[in-house]
Amino acid sequence: MSEKDKGETKMAVDTMAGGGERVSSWRRLGSMREAGLIAIILALCVIMTFASPHFLTLGNFRAMLMSFSVEGIVVVGMTVLLIVGGIDLAVGSVVCFAMVFAGSLFLLGLDPWSASLLGILASAAIGAIMGFFVTVVGLNHFITSLAAMVIVRGLCLIITKGTPLSLFTMPPEFKAVGQGTFYGVPYVILIFIAVVVVFDFLLRRATAFRKVFYTGSNEKAAQYSGIKTKQVKFWVTVMCSTLSGVAGVIYMSRFGAATPTFGVGMELNIIAAAVIGGASLNGGSGTILGAILGIALLSVVASSLILLDVSVYWQDMIKGCILLAAVSIDHFLHKRKA
Amino acid sequence: MASTVSAASGPALEIRNVSKHFGVVKALSGVDFTLERGEIHALCGENGAGKSTLMNIIAGVLQPSEGEIRVDGTVVRIASPATAQKLGIGLVHQEIALCPDVTVAENMFMAATSLRKAPLMNYRELNRRAQDIMHRLAPIPVDAKVSTLSISNQQLVEIAKALTLDCRVLIFDEPTAALTEAEAKVLFGIIRDLRAQGISIIYISHRMAEIFSLCDRVTVFRDGRYVSTDRIKDVDADYVVRRMVGREITQLYPPKLAGAPGDVILSVCDLGDGARFSKISFEVRKGEILGIGGLIGAGRTEIAEGICGLRPVTTGGVLLHGVPQKIGSYADAVKSGIVYLSEDRKGSGVFLDLSIAKNISALDLKRLTTAFGLLNARAEADLARDFTRKLGVRMGGIDYPVSSLSGGNQQKVAIAKQLSVNPKVILMDEPTRGIDVGAKSEIHRLLRELAETGIGIVVISSELPELLGLCDRVAVIREGHIAGELTGEDMSEENVMRLASGVTMETADNERRASAHV
Repeated sequence: MSEKDKGETKMAVDTMAGGGERVSSWRRLGSMREAGLIAIILALCVIMTFASPHFLTLGNFRAMLMSFSVEGIVVVGMTVLLIVGGIDLAVGSVVCFAMVFAGSLFLLGLDPWSASLLGILASAAIGAIMGFFVTVVGLNHFITSLAAMVIVRGLCLIITKGTPLSLFTMPPEFKAVGQGTFYGVPYVILIFIAVVVVFDFLLRRATAFRKVFYTGSNEKAAQYSGIKTKQVKFWVTVMCSTLSGVAGVIYMSRFGAATPTFGVGMELNIIAAAVIGGASLNGGSGTILGAILGIALLSVVASSLILLDVSVYWQDMIKGCILLAAVSIDHFLHKRKA
Repeated sequence: MASTVSAASGPALEIRNVSKHFGVVKALSGVDFTLERGEIHALCGENGAGKSTLMNIIAGVLQPSEGEIRVDGTVVRIASPATAQKLGIGLVHQEIALCPDVTVAENMFMAATSLRKAPLMNYRELNRRAQDIMHRLAPIPVDAKVSTLSISNQQLVEIAKALTLDCRVLIFDEPTAALTEAEAKVLFGIIRDLRAQGISIIYISHRMAEIFSLCDRVTVFRDGRYVSTDRIKDVDADYVVRRMVGREITQLYPPKLAGAPGDVILSVCDLGDGARFSKISFEVRKGEILGIGGLIGAGRTEIAEGICGLRPVTTGGVLLHGVPQKIGSYADAVKSGIVYLSEDRKGSGVFLDLSIAKNISALDLKRLTTAFGLLNARAEADLARDFTRKLGVRMGGIDYPVSSLSGGNQQKVAIAKQLSVNPKVILMDEPTRGIDVGAKSEIHRLLRELAETGIGIVVISSELPELLGLCDRVAVIREGHIAGELTGEDMSEENVMRLASGVTMETADNERRASAHV
């Protein structure tokens, strides 16, 4: 029967983060999204090495890695949120909010570490409020976070009265977080790698994160398995905002300033990266590694366009086309005869 | 129009040597099928036999890999469902495919609307024509939103939808799976009317009783191949089942409990939720299978949900081995040892996209959790291997998605999930709905074995033969109350129906006849 056939043709394409499943065949590995993305990124790198003498340099690679490291932390949160079946359009605003909130506290005389911690907690609180509207009031993630995006951006403008905060008086130990290096490797990159490794591991192995997959795959079946799906959705929403807050204070340390318009449009880049990396907007699937490769791809493309002297006006259009292409290819590869 | 059926002789539809491959998998290998004008032709076969694939080819959803299709003697290529509609072929889907947020009438005329040329909708006309068709089926208001209807009423809308098209060939794919016996009987009346109008009908069902009371001929498929076609009056149910499975099924139901049942496992006392059911009291004893019967909408599912914490209750409670249980959520119920198998397998029973292993472990992750909140992957895999073997799940491997399994095997995974927590009581809501004969009898045997090992088994079923064949005792629910309990000699279809409908069978029959011919 057709049902069975669907499965037979589909069996090789389980891209889910497979906790305890020992992957049984190379064929499955070959069809994994991550492998495809790595191939595309490598191919792009090879082409660019020939196309531009400045591409294959340590400086350029460090710049590229720096450019997506902080956003990468937000991508991690967004990926988990997409897996649970949610979405957060407010991440750009929350990143900015953490930045200006912590920055203002610092200017009021608080030490930058405590100010940063409060900035992150305030971001978590925004996540909790969104989570409340999603799980208790019963609005969907899209509308709730759309409203939050606008409200939180407004808060940023109110706090700063519309002008950037200059934070050059921050102590050097704090600036080191965003600007310093450890044996030549920027702290930012180390923090990013730590977040990725921890969350990738948790998502594959932790019981709490398994519930995220159950809830996103079939919320009703999860409820009928005794999983408190509202709690799961609430905490994932909080987590996503918290990671945005972390990214915000790292940006503050890195720039030595807090701009109330920072991060406008960031959410689209973040969502695009997660989706290119295999997260489904329908929930239930996605991997951290894939999402990180997604944002790496976008970053390599951006860097290439600059090195090739492509007008900045073209860059957004090209990014959009890549998103469309990635999702279309995926759709054909994983086509479900629903 | 049904009345414009051409007078040409010969079959309405001929399938010649049709094959269908999905990659390397052969779903159909050179099958033949002939549908005569004005006959009701049953198509039988286990899940995986290729029935649905063939129906999807006839309805233009799938394209055959080889072979030809003739409609009224002319070779046709049915490129899309729209082409099929133009050829006068309608399909009543097994699964409900309605738009929940628009009205019954708009849903009914969805297909017809796309064929119309007029740019604007005439809602008055639409509702009138919908009403004309619907009043023959059931008292469902045509201006109600589909999302407000029960599953069985939605199924009836799905049927009504097909009746709006000027069909010459109408395919019913398990139309009674979600219907009560009474609704099914009304449907049979309509199908016979359609036949009288010269419409040719393909009827797919797993229920032998329906096939033998309704159909003229029966064709059997097995493993994607054509097996046989016979006139119904020349054969019996045993013969058809033998053809389907290719082996003898000696006994349809496992033997019932011999002797008296043991100690009380589950007692439900005066349970009520203040809305859908009240004063529900019953017991389940060791070794017996308790059946719960009643019409769809009588509150059977709601009672089960109330027992296991999926629905808040206002009165009464639940005792296990005489000890009162505090059940505030489904997680509490699972902890106490009461599990529930949902009637809606795909909607709330399994995670289709997740692996078999992840499905089986979902009910209790704690036992698989090691220090630091991490899952023990090896224990999870062992659990899955253990239970898939015990239940005989036919699969590629435990890391295959549940969507790769047939309906029967999906159901076994759903049951494995319940059994994996060593429950004391299992409440099963329609445990064999939409499952082929072979898997069905395996599940019945399994339930009997579980009952023998001392697990309390409660089976909710709308299928009377199952209820009576499998269970030792049947409680019949009517409008949220227990209308009566039947045991031993009293367990008959007539008595169940009498209790379920609250009237004697004779009046019920008359009413049905009256409503079917208004």
